[in-house]
Amino acid sequence: MNQPLDTKDAQEAAKKARNGRNLALALGLVTFVILVFVVTLVRLAGNVHPHA
Amino acid sequence: MSKTAAMTPDTVSDTTETARWQDYFQLMKPRVMSLVVFTGLTGLLAARAPIHPVLGAIAVLCIAVGAGASGALNMWYDADIDQQMRRTRGRPVPAGKVKGEEAATLGVVLSLLSVMFLGFAINWFAAGLLAFTIVFYAVVYTMWLKRWTAQNIVIGGLAGALPPAIGWAAATGSAPLNAWLMVAIIFFWTPPHFWALSLYVTTDYAKAGVPMLPVVKGARETRKQILIYSLIFTPICLIPAFTGLGGPLYLAVAALGDLVFLVLAWRVFVSKAGDAADPRLADRALYDVSEDEKAAGAKAARNLFAFSILYLFALFAALLGEAVVGLQALELLK
Repeated sequence: MNQPLDTKDAQEAAKKARNGRNLALALGLVTFVILVFVVTLVRLAGNVHPHA
Repeated sequence: MSKTAAMTPDTVSDTTETARWQDYFQLMKPRVMSLVVFTGLTGLLAARAPIHPVLGAIAVLCIAVGAGASGALNMWYDADIDQQMRRTRGRPVPAGKVKGEEAATLGVVLSLLSVMFLGFAINWFAAGLLAFTIVFYAVVYTMWLKRWTAQNIVIGGLAGALPPAIGWAAATGSAPLNAWLMVAIIFFWTPPHFWALSLYVTTDYAKAGVPMLPVVKGARETRKQILIYSLIFTPICLIPAFTGLGGPLYLAVAALGDLVFLVLAWRVFVSKAGDAADPRLADRALYDVSEDEKAAGAKAARNLFAFSILYLFALFAALLGEAVVGLQALELLK
């Protein structure tokens, strides 16, 4: 079980954990956007070459 | 066994404020994901079809995330069982690090993302297979089979067996016989692998009320079933060498591995593995198991369990190696 958030240490730990979660979520979202962009480029290039 | 109220929201956790991102990652069963990545990649390359490396990597990523999503759904639904078993009580939900509904949400969101992305980026046949795999594992296996029948891991094993076919479908848009041969290898590998494990963790499964074969039918029947499934599994491993899927390296690995697998399965069959924990054998006057026999039986089961992991890895590594060499040869011929 998690410890209650009524001590300074626990609050610090919660803040650190929240920052870590936020960072992981941000990285995940940015990675997803980059992947969609790259896939779009690759698929577009694949469709352009045969007609070139 | 029906799902009990042993793990109500009150008993899990009031807060997940201190949950780390690693706890959410653990929900996705990273070790299972790594196996899925390996077999999915093998299927993708064994198809020997030209696919852009970026798209190939995206396909494998989607398969991995889909597997992780079904793992998260499994951890949400099985929290009550997981809490009662030593092997699983440290998982994020039963340990109170992550709320059950968060695990479920993560599972649903990642399922949708992985299937949709695979469909839009690669093809919808592969996406359909991935969606089927997730639903089969999370709904058919986790919510139904696991608590209902001793054949749970036999039928449910299909979910873990499908990634090579998804990889193949991602590369070619189809899934021919050779793709399903890889599926069959994992499918028939699963029962001896898991039953060997269950022979030495029987008490945990019994305590959690999971109807694993040793709990329901006893250790002796389990040892017999391990041998039967090993006799089905080992010839299937040889077939790819004759269908063009595997080459000489694969045949050598399969022939040698089959032999060792059968010897180990036979040793489990003639041992008394699992008997010590079998509630059916409570009357020790009728069927006594000495400490030596108990240790020998556990060792036989552990050996088969450990070798089964190594053998599956070797089989797919051989296929992967030959596929990579084959693809390079194709490039040289161009």
